[in-house]
Amino acid sequence: MIHAPQGEVLRYLGYGKHQPEGESAALIDGRVAAVEQAADPRWTVVELPLTLSPDGVALGDWTIQSQKLRAHLEGCTSALLFGATLGIGVDRLIARSAAGKVAQAAVDQAAAAALIEAVCDDACDQLAKQYPGKYLRPRFSPGYGDFPLSAQPELLRRLDAPRKIGLTATDSCLLAPVKSVTAVIGVADTPGKCHAGGCATCSKRNCTFRRDTT
Amino acid sequence: MKFLDALHSQRLFFDGGTGTLLQAQGLKGGELPETWNLLHPERISALHQAYLAAGSNILCTNTFGANALKFPASGEFDLEALVAAGVRLACEARDADPRPDVFVALDLGPTGKLLKPMGDLDFEDAVALYAQVVRIGAAAGADLVLIETMSDSYEAKAAVLAAKENCDLPVVVTTVYGENGKLLTGGTPASTVALLEGLGVDALGVNCGLGPAQMLPIVKQLLEYASVPLVVNPNAGLPHSQGGCTVFDVGPAEFAVHMGAIADLGVQILGGCCGTTPDHIKAAIDVCRDKPFTPAADKGRTLVSSYAQAVEIGRAPVVIGERINPTGKKKFQQALREHNIEYLLNEAFAQEEAGAQVLDVNVGLPEIDEPVLLVEVMEALQAVLPLPLQLDTSDPAAMERAMRRYNGKPMLNSVSGKAESMAALFPLVKKYGGVVVGLALDENGIPPTAEGRVAIARKIRDTAARYGIPQKEIVIDPLTLTISSEPDAAQVTLEAVRRVKEELGLSTILGVSNVSFGLPKRELVNTAFFTLALQNGLDCAILNPNNSPMMGAWRSWQALMGLDGQCGRYIAAYGGQEAPAAPIAAGDGPSLSECVLRGSKEGAAQAAKAALAAGKAPLELVDTVLIPALDHVGQGFEKGTLFLPQLLMSAEAAKAAFEIVQNAMSGEDRPKQGAVVLATVKGDIHDIGKNIVKVLLENYSFEVADLGRDVAPEAIVEAASRPGVKLVGLSALMTTTVVSMEETIRQLRSACPQVKIVVGGAVLTPAYADQIGADCYAKDAMATVRYAKEVYGL
Repeated sequence: MIHAPQGEVLRYLGYGKHQPEGESAALIDGRVAAVEQAADPRWTVVELPLTLSPDGVALGDWTIQSQKLRAHLEGCTSALLFGATLGIGVDRLIARSAAGKVAQAAVDQAAAAALIEAVCDDACDQLAKQYPGKYLRPRFSPGYGDFPLSAQPELLRRLDAPRKIGLTATDSCLLAPVKSVTAVIGVADTPGKCHAGGCATCSKRNCTFRRDTT
Repeated sequence: MKFLDALHSQRLFFDGGTGTLLQAQGLKGGELPETWNLLHPERISALHQAYLAAGSNILCTNTFGANALKFPASGEFDLEALVAAGVRLACEARDADPRPDVFVALDLGPTGKLLKPMGDLDFEDAVALYAQVVRIGAAAGADLVLIETMSDSYEAKAAVLAAKENCDLPVVVTTVYGENGKLLTGGTPASTVALLEGLGVDALGVNCGLGPAQMLPIVKQLLEYASVPLVVNPNAGLPHSQGGCTVFDVGPAEFAVHMGAIADLGVQILGGCCGTTPDHIKAAIDVCRDKPFTPAADKGRTLVSSYAQAVEIGRAPVVIGERINPTGKKKFQQALREHNIEYLLNEAFAQEEAGAQVLDVNVGLPEIDEPVLLVEVMEALQAVLPLPLQLDTSDPAAMERAMRRYNGKPMLNSVSGKAESMAALFPLVKKYGGVVVGLALDENGIPPTAEGRVAIARKIRDTAARYGIPQKEIVIDPLTLTISSEPDAAQVTLEAVRRVKEELGLSTILGVSNVSFGLPKRELVNTAFFTLALQNGLDCAILNPNNSPMMGAWRSWQALMGLDGQCGRYIAAYGGQEAPAAPIAAGDGPSLSECVLRGSKEGAAQAAKAALAAGKAPLELVDTVLIPALDHVGQGFEKGTLFLPQLLMSAEAAKAAFEIVQNAMSGEDRPKQGAVVLATVKGDIHDIGKNIVKVLLENYSFEVADLGRDVAPEAIVEAASRPGVKLVGLSALMTTTVVSMEETIRQLRSACPQVKIVVGGAVLTPAYADQIGADCYAKDAMATVRYAKEVYGL
């Protein structure tokens, strides 16, 4: 079973470098366990040929206009479409907590966010082993930079994600189940320049949850 | 030969994989396979012919993903042309085959969307999507409808209703189980069988997801429960990813060995799914062709189900919780009128935790729109509660609306022996499925003798049979009358319970507590009567699961009768219990302030009671203890010395104390500081942030109108136009939904220029908030509280 790393759970809850105490520490431990229990993590992947164009990329016959994605995939030989989800059970668990237990719901939310990231990291470790001698770039998701969220339905369709792992998008391009991730992962022959992923690339500099990226 | 005749007289063989074979012929990753019905019809025909040559009897049309979501009217391909061509190609192959027992299945796959409440596709919209394809496919000449690869039982229900309402063809449904033996949405083989047989499908089974070896345990479970023929269409082994591609590696010979074992279990219809080829199917047919065929037989098992689990009636006695019912409960009635769903949910959770297995749901109040409210409450319960429900209404319109949208197979409370009652309910049971409670009364009232009640039970059973409803779907309530007015009432009921079971073979149910009406210490009589009824064969009891002596009688009886292996459930319920702690008197234990700071709900409620008992005035308690404690916590949060979980736990502790204070104020409400409308904007389904804001605002005595999530601008404008509202709080999490936040603000500005607007959510920044025209950006819940105080001049 993959676990939600405690440090990440605490970061999502805004603890920074502090540690929880007393009743909140007990609540956090209990809810991390409940979320892990409710989760049914699944992921799927498909490899596509990659072509870079001046204003974006083509993944097989799918063209995406996005400078940031293009920059991210620079130097890659192909790209993986990736989707992962904790499943609908976690959504139900959070909805149940939200009916009158808002502290519990907030902790569920943080634990689930940490867990889906851990599931993705684990999947990428497994994928890396399938590409000996190659280097997998960090996950780059719709919504990062100028890679639009509106790419979500097409990405899911090309992954056959609704059928394979039960991952869908709503009409407004939000993922359902909510605790899910989609991404494009570059496959390269070289380690490439150091990619600062996640917080460092995000323009929301006042974010409470921002990792220390200085 | 008709498909249904073949289904019940011989083993049939489906075809195998389509998608994997089309890819081998050049179908590209982004290409929709259904387009080949028009672009490369010869390749589709060749595939059908290859499967017929392998020995398949049932060809699936190449229409798995053909629906209006994937092929919208504005798109490149016409849905009707694609589906009609798909059916025509299969029919041509069928007609060219000399065998009489070849059939074409109109293939319907999942929509690719998640249904509400977990996704955004409405149940009726899903029905409409399938209905469109069913009409085209039936007109084009299909012999049956195959609904396949369903990983959500609710979506399967939508597809079955669409099929049944739009054609007369037989309907076959196969669902996908994971290695954990469950559907993606949580259903089990038993819950799926309950739902699908309730809907009247002609055959059901399993496909995709797993290889034949991994399917065995699921097939065995299906065989235990299912009364209709079974279908097993596995993949060629478990899929695994290799170099970015999905591969299957069970070859035809190995596949055939497993399929032989599955045929030996008694499965009637075999075939393949992803990764299987005509060679796999031919090998399986060679192995299975001469194996003896066993027609499906009624297993006689009575099942009710939810999206996640089935409960069986007729083995161990089932407890049905009765607390979701407004009769005689003022607070509950108020909650219903105010659509306070949270209150109802908490009633449900308490019953589940106390051990109820099914919950009765009754929302009947004279002045409400029962059909609308019953569906609203049922759907809210089904979003979070895995227990099956018993829909309890005397309004046939409410019953039909709820049965149609129920996710699973419900219990229905109730029908009586009155002709009118049976004529109203039985057609619904036939169409939607359900286990019906039949009351032993009719036009002449309640018979005084057991003989009379058994006669009505027989009438109910026989009438149901005329509608095609098997007797396993009927549970008789022989009715409990009061012993204080009729001395032999209990004996008559007990005799009727026994005889209904012995003479008619029907299960029974009782609402137990009526028996003691008018007597002191009712619990003594109730538990004794309940135990006697169980001993006479009672199968279900409708009772208050929060009443521990009744639950004790139920658990004890099962332990005594050997229905609780090693007394496991009894020990789980009562082992290791300590004596309850004595209530804390004023002055003892932690103070109210400490309890709020520590975030102890029970402690805060106790301490508030103690303080009131010691003579503290309710409002004084609020002003001098609760609000200062909340302020202290709020300041700590803003300074970064304490964190979100503590803030919220304190808020909940304070809320528990406020409820005690409110109860002490004898009907008066705490004075409100001002009204705030909260909503997560249209298109957005993330609502945790908004819920946090709500709890904090309520603690500070604001009157919060919480409109929920995915709320249209018009609804927000309407709520904001109500007198006294000066502040609207909007939440949006994603860049895509900030657009509808902006639109909401625009509409609010023109319709309600007097209100201030505060916004929050992950992607927002002060500059972004400013740009879309908000008055304030709140970085967290405390910031919203501060702004609300400012707006109301506090």
